[in-house]
Amino acid sequence: MNKTHDNRAWFFVLPVVALVAFNAVIPLMTVVNYSVQETFGDNVFFWAGVTWFEQVLQSERFHNALGRQLIFTFTILAIEIPLGVAIALAMPRKGPWVPVCLVLMALPLLIPWNVVGAMWNIFALPDIGLLGRSLNALGFDYNFTRQPGDAWFTLILMDVWHWTSLVVLLAYAGLVSIPDAYYQAAKIDGASPFAIFRYIQLPKMKRVLTIAVLLRFMDSFMIYTELSVLTGGGPGNSTTLLSIDLVKIALGQFDLGPAAAMSLIYFLIILLLSWVFYTLMMRNEQQ
Amino acid sequence: MSLELRRVSLRVGAETHIHPVDLVCEPGSFNVLLGTTLAGKTTLMKLMAGLERPTSGEVHFGGRDVTGVSVRNRNVSMVYQQFINYPNMTVYENIASPLKVARMADDEIKRRVGTFAELLRLTPMLDRRPSELSGGQQQRTAMARALVKDADLVLLDEPLANLDFKLREELRDELPRLFADRDCIVVYATTEPVEALLFGGHTACLYEGRVVQFGPTGEVYRSPADLTSAQVFSDPPINTAQVTKAGGDFHLVDGGRFPVPARHAGLADGAYTLGVRPHHVSPAPKGTQPVAVEGTVLVTELSGSESIIHFTFHERTWVSQAHGIHPFEVGTRQRLYADMSKALVFDETGRRL
Repeated sequence: MNKTHDNRAWFFVLPVVALVAFNAVIPLMTVVNYSVQETFGDNVFFWAGVTWFEQVLQSERFHNALGRQLIFTFTILAIEIPLGVAIALAMPRKGPWVPVCLVLMALPLLIPWNVVGAMWNIFALPDIGLLGRSLNALGFDYNFTRQPGDAWFTLILMDVWHWTSLVVLLAYAGLVSIPDAYYQAAKIDGASPFAIFRYIQLPKMKRVLTIAVLLRFMDSFMIYTELSVLTGGGPGNSTTLLSIDLVKIALGQFDLGPAAAMSLIYFLIILLLSWVFYTLMMRNEQQ
Repeated sequence: MSLELRRVSLRVGAETHIHPVDLVCEPGSFNVLLGTTLAGKTTLMKLMAGLERPTSGEVHFGGRDVTGVSVRNRNVSMVYQQFINYPNMTVYENIASPLKVARMADDEIKRRVGTFAELLRLTPMLDRRPSELSGGQQQRTAMARALVKDADLVLLDEPLANLDFKLREELRDELPRLFADRDCIVVYATTEPVEALLFGGHTACLYEGRVVQFGPTGEVYRSPADLTSAQVFSDPPINTAQVTKAGGDFHLVDGGRFPVPARHAGLADGAYTLGVRPHHVSPAPKGTQPVAVEGTVLVTELSGSESIIHFTFHERTWVSQAHGIHPFEVGTRQRLYADMSKALVFDETGRRL
């Protein structure tokens, strides 16, 4: 057979290569660039090697931010996943209420993130906010702008309010895909409602829940907008999670080198943890 | 124990899903519900099982009125068209599940699961999960689950429909053997007349939510009560022709005529519908009263030793199912012969005479 070698076909992918280079590779390389150099402006750079990486990894500030980040992420996962599944189970599967419930559930997801932050900020203000005033009126000494515990409480409540819907919608999609025959078969077997959940609904929701956990993990690990509007990382540094800290270093102190190094570490942590999550859940699947 | 439906009906909103039906299934009997998709087979089964509550009428089981009794409190098992098993349990755990719910002793569970796994040839797969099994094995697991608990009523809702040809034949042969020495009532829903004939027992023909006929399978097949029943219980579909009886002859619409078969000699003059089963129509004259039927060939299906020829006859589609290979060309005009001595005669309301 006479095979024609003609590499001109590669030209067809050039537009994509250019686009990806422009919006991903070049910015990323800029960050890499900054992370290994020292600059005092005027486009003058000095080679710094791994100094910034060492500095970031050894700094207590980074450890604290990472610790807070992990606490935050695992707390909201521990609340949002079970709560989302519970709400999905309680939702009707047929009838006129289905679209109503779905729209109600989707509402928080449709609100711009900074608006969510602003809403909760005002809602929680101890002097004029509905939540803040009510809590104080009930005798709780609540002030999220002064007390770290209250700030955390508000932050987690806001995230649960904002994002549980996503878990609900995914879990609900998994639930409605279960044929009626499964429920009938379980009924005929005399299975209890818990057994139906444990042996039919949960296994059938496994795939969508894997996706829900991954999405919520990645998103919550990168939370910035709502948090920066709600508390801005305060009071003090008590709610300064990784992204807030990064912005403080990069734009507040203009330490571009350490900020770039931290960005890369941040990125690698998310990549690594996502991979670990995914592998664990997929291995479970195969067993 | 016997299962008795007394004037059972089901309406959902303004729609009638099941028209009032009377049906008695004898203890240890094999009953086939035969009908096309949406004829109401599954709904009727749900009513029998107690998964649906009838709008009116009563369900009696073993002489006891169980109309409002939940399926949990009846000893029923069911196999579905989809392969329904617990996805994250092994085959062993799946088969054992109804026994565990019934709090049976562990060694007794082990013994029974072993017996039924052996019977359904699942013994080598006991440690696997349903997703690692073939369709046939998944369905056999579901059947083992239904059989293991020794139910009084076993409902099989088109259990073979989603299997490929070979497996279907295999399981079809196994089925009667599985129930041979049990005294439970088996109800088997199918769209295929040939399955009803293979299983024997009793057959109920369903059409649009009505049980049009119920009786011993052979009898329902040979002497359908009406045209609908004959149409439900015929594959390929039964051929029909409009005729007028005048004196000793049946006149076809186009002027053709032939003598009225002896057993219908007593009919009054008037309009009738004839029903001729496809295997009574053949390319060569056969039987005691072959009558020529001429038409244009639409499709010829040749399968090994048999030909199925679809042709138009008086603006209706007729089918001939004949032995041998008859490669009639599509579009040609052909003469075939219907053995009218075997024809079923229906009056204008569709009742068989």
